[in-house]
Formats: sequence, C-alpha cells, structure tokens
Amino acid sequence: MARRARAPLYRIDRQGAVGQRSALMTERAIIIGAGQAAAQAAQSMRQAGFDGDIVMLGEERELPYQRPPLSKAYLQGELDAQRLYLRPAAFYEQQRVDIRLGVRATAVDAAARTVTTDAGETLSYDKLLLATGAPPRRLNCDGADLEGVYYLRSIADSDALRPVLSANGRIVIVGAGYIGLEVAASARKAGLDVTILEMADRVLARVAGRDISEFYEKLHRDHGVDLRLDAALDHFEGAGAVRAAVLKSGEKIACSAVLVGVGAAPATMLAETADLRLANGVWTDDHAQTSDPAIWAAGDCASHPSPIYERRLRLESVPNAIEQAKVAGVNMAGGNAVYDAVPWFWSDQYDVKLQTVGVSEGADETVVRGDPDAKKFSVWYFQRGRLLAVDAVNDPAAFAISKRHIAGKTEIDRARLADPDTDLKSFIS
Amino acid sequence: MPKITYIEHTGKEHVVEAETGVSVMEAAVKNMIPGIDADCGGACACATCHVYVDAAWADKVGKPEAMEESMLDFAYEPKENSRLSCQITVRAELDGLVVRLPEFQG
Repeated sequence: MARRARAPLYRIDRQGAVGQRSALMTERAIIIGAGQAAAQAAQSMRQAGFDGDIVMLGEERELPYQRPPLSKAYLQGELDAQRLYLRPAAFYEQQRVDIRLGVRATAVDAAARTVTTDAGETLSYDKLLLATGAPPRRLNCDGADLEGVYYLRSIADSDALRPVLSANGRIVIVGAGYIGLEVAASARKAGLDVTILEMADRVLARVAGRDISEFYEKLHRDHGVDLRLDAALDHFEGAGAVRAAVLKSGEKIACSAVLVGVGAAPATMLAETADLRLANGVWTDDHAQTSDPAIWAAGDCASHPSPIYERRLRLESVPNAIEQAKVAGVNMAGGNAVYDAVPWFWSDQYDVKLQTVGVSEGADETVVRGDPDAKKFSVWYFQRGRLLAVDAVNDPAAFAISKRHIAGKTEIDRARLADPDTDLKSFIS
Repeated sequence: MPKITYIEHTGKEHVVEAETGVSVMEAAVKNMIPGIDADCGGACACATCHVYVDAAWADKVGKPEAMEESMLDFAYEPKENSRLSCQITVRAELDGLVVRLPEFQG
C-alpha cells in the first residue's frame, strides 16, 4: 500500500495539535470514502494534472471495490473478492494515492480545513471530497437486532449472507427494490425458499412504472418466489436468532434468515459537522461543489441539479458515482467540468438484464415496445410529450438509442414509436 | 499464463500475462492498461470495454452473443471484429491474443 512506502508530509504533535501548513507545502486533497466515486475522483484528479498529495480515508479495510456483484455473482460464490477490486493496489501507488483503510472520519472543520479521524488524528486539507455513500436504512421494529437479520452494502455484508444461501430454509426479504429482488434471484438460484414482503402494491414502485413492476412480479413468481404485495412487516420473532417474520395482518412466516432492503440514506454526518448545505444528501452545484468552495461531494451521498430534468436529483448508482466523481476530480484539480451526464442503471435478475436510462418519476404517458412475455421489451416514459426515461429489458438497442435522445432532449414521434413495425434504429438521427 | 497484447489507439503496445478464467477486460484493468473504462465492471451493460480482435484471433475468440452484439452496435466505431472485452474469457488457447483499443469508449 502507498501509505507504507511514503512518510506523511507533516505530523501532528503528541498533544494532537495541528501543525500549521506553510504556503510552501504541497497542496493536499483528502477524499473521505473509498468506494466507486472515491477511486474515480482520485484517478480523475491525477488525469487532470493535480500534483499535490491525495489522501483517501476508507472505513472498510478494503481497497475500492465494485458493489453491484455483492447481490449477484459474488454472493453466489461465482466471483472471488480479488475480482471485485476496481484497481490493483499498484495503481494507487503509481498514482500516489495514500489510501488509509480502517479509518473513519469523525468530523470536518470547514473553517480550519481539517478532518478528524477515529484514530485521533487531525488532517489538514486544501481540498476535500465527500464520497461517503448511502448506508442501508435500518429497521427498528421488535426483533430487528436478532441474529440472522441481514443488510447488504459491503463485502462483509455479502460474506455474512452467503452461508444462508447454501443452507436450507426460507429467507424473508423485506422490500422489493433492486437489492431485494436481486438477492431473491440469487437465493432462488441457490435453492433457498424466498418470501418477499413489499409494503407497496407493486415491486420497484419508487423507480419504475407498472409495466416493469408487473413483469418482475411474474418473473419472480415464475421462479418460485412467494411475493407478498401490500404486506406490512410488524416484527420479527426468535430467541437469539430470527425464526419468523410477523406481518401487521398477524400472519407469521417462518424463516431462517431475513434480508432487509428498504432503501439507503445518504451519509451526511460529516457534511453536518462542516455546516454544509443539505438537500436530500449533501447539496452540490453542477460542478459537484458543496456550499463550501473547498469541499466537493460525489456519488450516493450527494444531490445535484440536473440540467436534463431541471430539478435536483440524488442517484444511487455506479454510473452516477463515476460521472459525478470525474467532474469533482477535474474541478478539484482546478478545472471547470459540469455534471450533466444522463443517468443510467442496470440490474441483473435470473436471465434478465434491465438497463434504465433517465428518471421516470413524473411520467404521464408510457409507450411499450416489444413483448414482455418474450422477456424482451422496453418501456418509454414521457412527460408532456417529452421522453423522460426508458426501461429496457434484454433490449440494449432501446437502451442505447434512448440514451442519445434523452441526452439531446430530442423529440420522439410517439405514434411511430408505438408502431411495432417501426424499426427502432430509424430513431437514430 | 496466457499473454495478451493490447494496442492503444496511438499504437502503443502493452503485453500482459493474464490469469485464465478472468476476462480480457479484467486482465487489462489489473494491469492498468489505459483505454478500457469498464464502467459496469463486466456486466455487459455499458459498452466501455470495447476492443477490436486481431484478425488472426477472430475464430478462436469467437462471435459475440446477441446481447453483446446489440451493445456493440452502439459502441464508438464498431467494426466486424468488435467485442466487449468483459465477455471474452482468458483461456490457454488465447495465449498470444492481440486486441486493439478504439480511440474512445462509450
């Protein structure tokens, strides 16, 4: 690791006081977080010519890694941990990124430009990036602390859940969002019985339209998932370990494990200590800069103004982490990049790949192309005639074509789009 | 371990020893080859690990499956010998494989 090879440029004295940094000292950027956005920002800063020190603080004892496989190939034991890492350790050495793992930042003093860590250190910065992510929302019902109630965000979480998949029994999955549905698919593949509890009247209710919800409901039921909609969890039962989930209706579902996937909350604690502006996460402008000119934010923790949607968005996705971190990295290096990338996302469940472009919230009309029964179709979401988003199921052409249209805000003839005889490629201008 | 040669758009060559079982994309990332972004990490979802397979290797590497082919249609400057490197698994008979990188990804 880079840290061992290089002595810190300045030290804190025994009393913990921070040494004053003189103007002659090398500029220092601190990145808090060591996930996808953190790794990308470090790389982009170097590419944009930042020559100062880069210190990355990661709470987990892992080099930056990919999270998407944690609910899929890695959880299923098909991918070893080495293949999750975004870059080899040598990359960070080569790029002179001083990665400090197992270190939690506890406070940011924006006036003094310092970060305090749980190791008792106080580190000065000239530029700071918050890439703190969005940890899972936790349940606080009775029995929520029982053994066998799992969440999924980290390698450690996936490692803890994996043995459940190879044992017999039933897993109850709370929440039919992407994490819940992907774990359900992995668990069914492993032969486990699966019950999904969803409070809403459909799956993926917050992120997709009804056509997509219905498709995924059928897909999971066809694979043997016991999917309960309008099902509210009351509490868990068990002595030490969870043994049953009890619904508000009084029904009791025996289980050997529970996976909770009820969304994530942006990690804003450090932004709060720095008195930064918040807006559903850490507020950033279109340059990924926070309300403090020396602090940037990127990834799941940050909200940004979207020029495409003309409102503020906070996205929890790999592409958002990458693109926003590129902008932050370039700007931290003194550049002037603007974040205006088209949001996109993907999810793999069973033999089905969903690729989403844009954000469908607010749609007032949809056009469906293709055949859900053939597991190849796309749903095009419009608002007042303007294309907002597309969900493409096993249909990369719809994904790629719509991405260009949403980026360019170009008009699409809905009647022609709805006509099955129209070749989608005719929409490429 | 099989040797793979990656040739950047500029003509710069990188020869790496790749473990069998990983993808040609992963071998590139692990060896810090510039020009392969692999944003989605190998899920065949983003088309940012696009390569051109050297003609001599086309048969051994094989053709893309339907999903990959469809993604490639919309990659930057797709050609007959285009592949997504995340979908090519390194195996012994690919020892010596040569792939060229496009000017841009995505």
